[in-house]
Amino acid sequence: MKLLILILLLLAMPAFAVQPDEILDDPALEARARDISAGLRCLVCRNESIDESNADLARDLRLLVRERLVAGDSDAEVVDFIVARYGEYVLLQPRATGSSIVLWAAGPVMLLIGLGIGVAYLRRRRDAAPPPAEALSPEEEARLKEIMKD
Amino acid sequence: MITELGHFALVLAFLISLVQATVPMIGAARGWGGWMDVAVPAASAQFFLVAFSFGALTWAFVTSDFSLDLVVANSHSAKPMLYKVTGVWGNHEGSMLLWVLILVLFGAMLAWFGGNVPPRLKARALAVQAMIGAAFMAFTLLTSNPFLRSAVAPLDGQDLNPLLQDPGLAFHPPFLYLGYVGLSMSFSFAVAALIEGRVDAAWARWVRPWTLAAWMFLTVGIALGSWWAYYELGWGGFWFWDPVENASFMPWLIAAALLHSAIVVEKRESLKSWTILLAIMAFGFSLIGTFIVRSGVITSVHAFANDPERGVFILAILGVALGGALTLYAARAGALEAKGVFGLLSRESALVLNNILLAVACFVVFFGTIWPLVAELAFDRKLSVGAPFFDMAFTPFMIAIAMALPIGAIMPWKRARMGRVMRPLWGAAALSVALGALIWAMQTGGSALAPVGVALAAWLLLGSAVDLWQKAGSGKAGLAGSLRRLARLPRADWGKALAHGGLGLTIFGVATITAWQVEDIRVAQVGDRFDVAGFEIAFDSVEEVEGPNYLSTTGHFTVRRDGSDIARLAPEKRVYPVAAMPTTEAAIHQSLARDIYLVIGDAQAGGGYAVRSYIKPFANWIWLGSIIMALGGLLSLSDRRYRVAAGARRAAPGAVAAE
Repeated sequence: MKLLILILLLLAMPAFAVQPDEILDDPALEARARDISAGLRCLVCRNESIDESNADLARDLRLLVRERLVAGDSDAEVVDFIVARYGEYVLLQPRATGSSIVLWAAGPVMLLIGLGIGVAYLRRRRDAAPPPAEALSPEEEARLKEIMKD
Repeated sequence: MITELGHFALVLAFLISLVQATVPMIGAARGWGGWMDVAVPAASAQFFLVAFSFGALTWAFVTSDFSLDLVVANSHSAKPMLYKVTGVWGNHEGSMLLWVLILVLFGAMLAWFGGNVPPRLKARALAVQAMIGAAFMAFTLLTSNPFLRSAVAPLDGQDLNPLLQDPGLAFHPPFLYLGYVGLSMSFSFAVAALIEGRVDAAWARWVRPWTLAAWMFLTVGIALGSWWAYYELGWGGFWFWDPVENASFMPWLIAAALLHSAIVVEKRESLKSWTILLAIMAFGFSLIGTFIVRSGVITSVHAFANDPERGVFILAILGVALGGALTLYAARAGALEAKGVFGLLSRESALVLNNILLAVACFVVFFGTIWPLVAELAFDRKLSVGAPFFDMAFTPFMIAIAMALPIGAIMPWKRARMGRVMRPLWGAAALSVALGALIWAMQTGGSALAPVGVALAAWLLLGSAVDLWQKAGSGKAGLAGSLRRLARLPRADWGKALAHGGLGLTIFGVATITAWQVEDIRVAQVGDRFDVAGFEIAFDSVEEVEGPNYLSTTGHFTVRRDGSDIARLAPEKRVYPVAAMPTTEAAIHQSLARDIYLVIGDAQAGGGYAVRSYIKPFANWIWLGSIIMALGGLLSLSDRRYRVAAGARRAAPGAVAAE
């Protein structure tokens, strides 16, 4: 149940994120702004992007993003600008640098390990000798048969 | 008085659970039948006592007994009756009691209906179940007691969080708990089998129904939560990769893997120790989820006031349960010998691949969820891991699973030849790719999401159809004969086809809504008409309405297409004065092809209201697909071979089964 309350807390305010007065006149620029906003964290919310949040801080950041875009920054420059001010905490998708490489590599490495173990296991099963004659007693055998009867 | 009785009943249930956790275990070790038999009445007694206790708490909520702290904090006399009842689990303490109730319910079900489980295994499984029960009852009584009285009873309560006053959310937690807690049965069986030192086909057959039921409930619970987020939160998001959502998703993934690996144990007596490990980990992730949700460790950003004492307690339960089970596993798993021999290309191998993909996908979600914590503790780096990461890291696994699934699903056991397996599938594959290519050519944007999603969905649906068609003899029996054969297929086959097809539908919904949704944000005056993706939306009027426990600003809109009215929609913005909290109530015109989704916002300084309109194509397929997946599980659960229990008991010992 806390689950719900948590969700509520993070989304508690009726989300009315992007306000009509923020939207840029140039649709291409606005689309870029939305894209960038979806990847930036609202710093006072729980796990919400500034695109979804209606906190004041999120609005300030949205306006800042648009300001930089209008000033002619590229997407990367806008993000760098914001990260320089708010730290990497603001990025919802951490950059694969330093220790964060571990985060990015974890999935693929685990998959390789899993596949390796899987293939080794399957080879063992393929080459295994068929099991020796039943180790079950006749009564057990009968009982098993009764239970497994379809 | 009733409250005190409820409290007392819970204490009593705790004491009985201690008896049930020890006596049958000793009995099973020594072979004392009488001691083993203690488990059955004890499990029944636990259930009735906790049910009484839960009833007492419900009574306090229904009668608005404001001498209880919990009722004061989460209820109000003017609240509709439905939400007075659901308010019982709309808070930490009450939801713990619901958790315990479901836990003892599962224990009682095993005691009542587990007639064909060997007495020793049953006694041990029930004892393990009682250990979990004892731990959680102690947790509830010591750190989260719902029955505490306040010294002075206030005149009225503080009301339930308004966002919780909603039918979707009211029934989301019970389903989720049925799923989480249902996995405790698989866990208990796994630990019992490890103590026993023996896992065979029969064991898998006893465990699979419990896992299937838990997975099914979890599916429904997650779908309900997602659906609620969609219509309640005001912009139609359906999944946020929030730690709390991930907490419910991880056990779902592992339970799905367990379902499949248990089939291999049942049919082929292989993958035994892996299946035991999955059974332990499935419940382990339930506990990890409980810890994440209730300790506030990972959600620390939003100073979510939570007693650290509770977090430590759950961590201790987690440590003992998982540590104990894994130690036992390390000691005993080696003795579990695989019997089946099979080739590299076989149904067995396909299910191994399924398990690897699901388990690694779960690992990725887990790693992303705890990484901010690890990074801060170990590397002193404060960073966020949010939806963009999970989308990128998780989606490839879903694509791989969807691509491999129809092929694996029709592979024969033991040994398969790729050419023969693929022969009936080439048509389906070609059709799916063609469909994806068509969409790619038709759409204007360059995103690959929709074409890939649609192709995979078609592949899954057609693949399921091919599977059924083959089982019905590939049309060799003529139309009538084939239909008759289809109708006579075991329900498990239909369940499999439905569940896999449902996955396809969900993928379809997720891909299309994400790729094709149209959004419009504007300031609209009363009387305005505007166009959104071919729909004309007219803002007719606004009124102030007073609800039972809220005030609402309601906008009235008419949606037209080609001159004819499609819908009248009335989105609301509500304020709940007692909780001092605003909510948005989106107005949605639903259909299978698209949802029209309207939200009204604040009045603007220059007149008019902020209005958001969305056209969300195929939104409902997301949840429809999930429900079909759950139905597939239900159908599989009702398969004849799992009802053997009843039959086996009816046939008296010695009597010949009259079949």
